[in-house]
Amino acid sequence: MDLPFLYETFLSLVAAVPLTLQLAASAIGLGAFLALGLALCRLSGILPLDWFARAYIFAFRGTPLLVQIFLIYYGLGQFREVRHSMFWVVLRDPYWCAVIALMLNTAAYSAEIIRGGLLSVPFGQIEAARACGMSRFMTFRRIALPLAIRQALPGYSNEMISMVKATSLASIITIMEVTGVAAKLISETYRAIEVFVVAGAIYLAINFILTRLVALAEYQLSPHLRQPAALPSTSTGAAR
Amino acid sequence: MMPSTNPPAPMAITVRGLRKSFGPVEVLKGIDMEAREGEVVSILGSSGSGKSTMLRCINMLETPDAGEVTVAGETIRMKPAGSGKSRIADCRQVERIRSELGMVFQSFNLWSHKTVLENVMEAPLHVQKRSRAECLEEAEALLAKVGIADKRNHYPAHLSGGQQQRAAIARALAMRPKVMLFDEPTSALDPELVGEVLRVMRALAEEGRTMLVVTHEMGFARDVSSRVIFLHQGAIEEEGRPQDMFTEAKSERFRKFISG
Repeated sequence: MDLPFLYETFLSLVAAVPLTLQLAASAIGLGAFLALGLALCRLSGILPLDWFARAYIFAFRGTPLLVQIFLIYYGLGQFREVRHSMFWVVLRDPYWCAVIALMLNTAAYSAEIIRGGLLSVPFGQIEAARACGMSRFMTFRRIALPLAIRQALPGYSNEMISMVKATSLASIITIMEVTGVAAKLISETYRAIEVFVVAGAIYLAINFILTRLVALAEYQLSPHLRQPAALPSTSTGAAR
Repeated sequence: MMPSTNPPAPMAITVRGLRKSFGPVEVLKGIDMEAREGEVVSILGSSGSGKSTMLRCINMLETPDAGEVTVAGETIRMKPAGSGKSRIADCRQVERIRSELGMVFQSFNLWSHKTVLENVMEAPLHVQKRSRAECLEEAEALLAKVGIADKRNHYPAHLSGGQQQRAAIARALAMRPKVMLFDEPTSALDPELVGEVLRVMRALAEEGRTMLVVTHEMGFARDVSSRVIFLHQGAIEEEGRPQDMFTEAKSERFRKFISG
């Protein structure tokens, strides 16, 4: 075991962790909004919106993420109209191409997870909200969505973990995130095992922390599913 | 509450020509009814007679195909839709009128992610936009009134059915409704829990609250209500004061219905 080399490798790869996290966080964050929109389209009962969302989800779940990245990074630049449009500032930048591809891809999967969560909300609780005089929007914001998120969170954590790992594909379009730096180190040293073991360990650590955070969020959001013994019994300031 | 020598109290609810079909099944065949302020009206009928649908049409949880609903003098505006049925003309108006009607459901329908206190405070705070201090004070008073003040920080899943239904009654009362609508409030309860919910409802009736109660509880209908309406196959078969209905009903069906 060449510990000094492993240590050197670790230092180089850790320096790339912020970029990996940034890619994952932007893709997941932006993707969540798009996913919510797609899920609402699916559930809207308006046929053109439903079909659009179905087609989108079919296309982005049915094709490889790597192909999507290539299409956006190499493919779009072929069109003169794209190169001369205002979008070129974004689309000429490999970082943004990676974020866009990851975001579009995760939105397709997340939309179905969110749709499942929304479908699981008991209709009686929606009706109770409407009977109190809540508007559709308020019912959605205060009752349906909070209940749906609680249902969707376990499934959604899978998708977040997938996205963290999927950022490694961005190395193919010149982005020096963890895998990109690892590939460069290997081309310099030819020591594939050591470098990739360290890279793998770094992804493992990121996902370990991520799963702990999701588990914590799940715990915080579901006191109603636990035994009442865990509840404070007298304080009155808890009502929101 | 309403001595018979006084002029009659103003109308709280007026229903005219209410019709509703689900597919080919005509559930309501033109209902006319009213309830004056302070009245407790029990709505009886065998299952499928349309009694729940009628109640749900009053706050537009079901949209009637035809007919008119007036709450405290304000008629809900409807407009014609395709296929000759009517639909709600103004969602805002319906939302406002709903907030003046307290609805209690058969299956409680408390919001499972909120504590009992949060359930009770939700609508006054966010729909009526009253101050938090006022909502909190009133919510605690209501929970004490229905006898579950000690459960205020519990979640619905941790309560018995009877406690959940009492919390749901407190939630409906928190909006200071003009009329309370009860849709079979004891039908989902274990027999030994029915009493605690009926006691709360009886206390509300004694305060002079206007209540429309769809129920199978004959004792409540006979002893508490000021009027009984008996529905059969989507039409009012007979209505009257309980002391008359339960002793000398004209309808053969109603006599059979109450004798079990």
